[in-house]
Amino acid sequence: MKSLDELAKIRDEARKKMEIRAGESGEKTKIIVGMGTCGIAAGARETMGAVLQELEKRNLDNVLVTQTGCVGLCEQEPILEVEIPGQPRISYGKVSAEKARQIIARHVVNGNIIGEWVINR
Amino acid sequence: MSYFRAHVLVCAGTPCMLKGAGAVKDALCREIERAGLQEEVRVVETGCLGPCDDGPVIVVYPEGVMYSKLKPEEMSRIVQQHLLKGRVVEDLVYRAEKEKAKPVVSLEEQGYLDRQYRIVLRNCGRIDPDSIEEYIANGGYEALGKALTTMTPEQVVATVKDSGLRGRGGAGFPTGLKWSFTAPIAADQKYIICNADEGEPGTFKDRLILEGDPHSIIEAMAIAGYAVGADQGIVYIRGEYHLSIERLQRAAARARELGLLGKDIFGTGFNFDLQIRTGAGAYVCGEETALIESLEGKRGEPRLKPPYPGVAGLWGKPTVVNNVETLANIPPIILKGAEWFRGIGTEKTPGTKVFTMLGDITNQGLIEVPMGITLREVIYGVGGGIPNGRGFKLAQTGGTSGGCLPKEFLDLPMDYDSLAEAGSALGSGALLVIDDSHCIVDVLRSFMKFFQHESCGQCTPCREGTARLYQLFSDLAAGKAGQDAVQLIKELCQTMQLSSLCGLGQSAPNGVVTALQYFEEEIQKHVAGECPAGVCRISMGSRAV
Amino acid sequence: MPVKSSTEPKKSLRQVIAEHNSDPGALLDILRDAQEIHGYLSAAVMEEIADELDIPVSRVYGVATFYTLLATKPKGEHIIRVCESPPCHIRGAVNILETLKEVLGVNPGETTEDKKFTLELTSCLGVCGVAPAMMIGDQVYGNLTPERVKEILKTYA
Repeated sequence: MKSLDELAKIRDEARKKMEIRAGESGEKTKIIVGMGTCGIAAGARETMGAVLQELEKRNLDNVLVTQTGCVGLCEQEPILEVEIPGQPRISYGKVSAEKARQIIARHVVNGNIIGEWVINR
Repeated sequence: MSYFRAHVLVCAGTPCMLKGAGAVKDALCREIERAGLQEEVRVVETGCLGPCDDGPVIVVYPEGVMYSKLKPEEMSRIVQQHLLKGRVVEDLVYRAEKEKAKPVVSLEEQGYLDRQYRIVLRNCGRIDPDSIEEYIANGGYEALGKALTTMTPEQVVATVKDSGLRGRGGAGFPTGLKWSFTAPIAADQKYIICNADEGEPGTFKDRLILEGDPHSIIEAMAIAGYAVGADQGIVYIRGEYHLSIERLQRAAARARELGLLGKDIFGTGFNFDLQIRTGAGAYVCGEETALIESLEGKRGEPRLKPPYPGVAGLWGKPTVVNNVETLANIPPIILKGAEWFRGIGTEKTPGTKVFTMLGDITNQGLIEVPMGITLREVIYGVGGGIPNGRGFKLAQTGGTSGGCLPKEFLDLPMDYDSLAEAGSALGSGALLVIDDSHCIVDVLRSFMKFFQHESCGQCTPCREGTARLYQLFSDLAAGKAGQDAVQLIKELCQTMQLSSLCGLGQSAPNGVVTALQYFEEEIQKHVAGECPAGVCRISMGSRAV
Repeated sequence: MPVKSSTEPKKSLRQVIAEHNSDPGALLDILRDAQEIHGYLSAAVMEEIADELDIPVSRVYGVATFYTLLATKPKGEHIIRVCESPPCHIRGAVNILETLKEVLGVNPGETTEDKKFTLELTSCLGVCGVAPAMMIGDQVYGNLTPERVKEILKTYA
C-alpha cells in the first residue's frame, strides 16, 4: 500500500462488489451464516453444510453463500440470514440443518418468509 | 401435446411420501377423473417443495396456491372447489402463505441495533471477517492512512488522550496517557501488545471482535505503533480461541499482501508488522505483566510494579499493552476525532461499552451501549428482562471479580466510577444476572472455586485465601459450617484485599464482600443448616464436585 | 475452514528447538510443539529441552506445570474440557459433568482405560451465550444437555 488513493481504489471496487451482492444492481440472493465460535458450538457447521448441499441439490447457482462473525445474539445461534435483492435482510435464529433446508425451499426459492423462525427482539 | 388449463404439482419428496403423498396423489387423480377434468388438469410429481414438516403438500397452478398437511379424503374438496370452481380452499392453504400477511421485519427494522451504539462492533456480524475488501469497503484502514499521512505521532497520541478513551480490559486506565508514557522514551526497540488473553468468566467480547473483525485490531495496532514509535506488534491470544487465531492469522497475511503491514506503509517510511502468540491456559496471564512473563517463556507470574511495562516491559523494552476492545475504538477515534467520541457516554468515561449479558436474562449475548446506561435499562430494555417469571436477585458486573449488586442498584449508571463506588467494577463488561431461584452461598461457592483454580500460587494471601474461602462456602452449602464461619470469611476477605500481590487476589473477594452487605442473613441461615432458596439442601452431596 | 495442516510431517524436537534458535524466550512455544510431537511432556523430553536451551530442568518443569494446556502426564486421544465457570454453572454445567463422569467412568483429571478420552475442567471458554459448553479437542460444543453430551460422545466412538 503506497498511497491513500490506492486504498480508496480498493475501497470503491469492494463497495461496488458488495452493492452487487446486496442486490441493488445485481440479481443474487445472499445467504449469510454466523460462523463465530458460538455459532459453530451451536451447530453452524452442520447448518452451513446443509445450505451448500441443498443449493447444490436444487442447482441454485444464483445464490451467494457467505459467512460472518457473531452479531451478539449468541442465544439465537446458529443464525442464518437471507438477503433477497430489494428486500430487507431477514435473520433466522436457532437454525438447524433441517431448518436451513426448509428456509431455502420456502424463503429463498418460494419467497415465503418463515415468520415463526425469524429472530424477534 | 394437449393444453392443460391447470397443473397440480404433488410433492414426491421422501418426507411427503412417508406422510402419505402417494395416497393423496391417487385420491387426487380419482377425484379429477370423477369430475371429468382429466383433459384439463394435469397432475405432476415433483421433487421436494420445501415445507417437509407440513407434508404432504401440493401446489395448484396457474394460481400457485400451496396446500399442506393433506389427507386423501380432502382431495374431493380441492377438486370440487378449486379446480372446478376456482375457489381457493382456505383452510387447507399452507401456513407460510398466510404468514405473508404477518409483518416480519429485519433486525434493523426491529430497532435491535438502534437501541445499541456500535463503534467497537461496527463490523461484527455485518462483514465477512476473512475479506479484507469488505473491511476496506466499510472505511477500513482509512484511519491508518490518515494518521500516517496527515498526523504526527504526537498528534495521534494527543487525539487519543483528548478522546478520554479508557482501557476496556477492566482497569479503565486512560489509553492516551498510557501511550504518552512510552512515546517520548528513546529506545532501540518498543512493542505494542494486544492483550487478547480473554479469560474472565462470562466475557467473550474480545473473541467476538477478533473473529468478526480482525482487521480492526491490526489497523489499530499499527496506529498505536506509529504513535509511540514501535515497529513490532504482538497479539497474545488465548490458546483455546482457535477460530480467533486462524482468522487473525489470515487477516494479517492479507494485510501484508496489500502492504498494510510491513515496510514503508502508505509510502511514509513507517514499518510495522505483528506476530500472533498464543497462551497456554492461565487466567492470570490476562494481567499485563504476567502476560509479558509468559511471552518471555516463563511462568505467567505477575511482576512487581513499578517499573510499568510502558517503561520496561517485554525484554525490558518500553511496551504498550492494550486490550482488544480498547484497540477497536482507535480507528474510529482517529477518523472522526476526539470531540465526536467525547459526545458519547459520560463525561468521565466517554464512548461505549460492550457488555456480555448472561445468566437469567431473556436476551443472552453481547451488546454495545453508551457508557452510563443503567443496569435497569440493560436488563429490562435491551436484555428483555428475566425469563420464566422469576424475580431479580442480583447482578454481578465485571466478571467473577465483580461485586454482587442487589435490586437497590438497578438504577446505577454503568461506568467505571459509579460501579467502583458501589463495591463492584465495570471490568471487562461481563454482566451475570441471577434470579431469585438461586442461593447466594451456591453462587459464591462457584466464584471461589474459580479463583482457587486460577490463583497462580505466587503469593500466600491469594493462594491460601481462595482455597480457604472455597472450603468455607462448601461447608456452608453442606450445612457443616461453624458458628464463626461468617466472621472468618470477613477476615479472610480483608486480608486478601490488603495483602495480595496482584489484582487477582485483591479483587477475588469482591463478590463475597458485597454479598455479605446485602445477603448476610441468607448466608447466616446456612450456619443453622437452612438454605432459604432450597438449593443447597436439595442437592447436598451431589453438588460437592 | 482451514485448520492446522496435519499432513505436514512431524518435526523432531531438535528441529523445533533449532527453529527457535535455542532461545529460552521461546520455551513456551517449544513446549507446545514438543507436546504436539510426543503427546505429552515426559521427564525425558523436559530434560532434553533444558539441555538444548542450557537452562535448569526446574525452570522447564515450572513452566510445563503452570499452564493447563501443557501436560506432564500421558493423556487420552481426545481431551474433553468442561467449562465450570459461573455462567455455565448457572445454566447447569454440573449435570453435564455428572453425565460425562457417568458415561466415561472417570473423574476430572483422569483418562479412560482405553486411552480414548481425558476429562478435564477448564475456565471460561468464552461461549457463555450457548452455555453450558465443553470442548473436545479443538471443537467447541454449546447448548449442552445430558442427552446431547451422550450423542456427541457417540460421534467420537
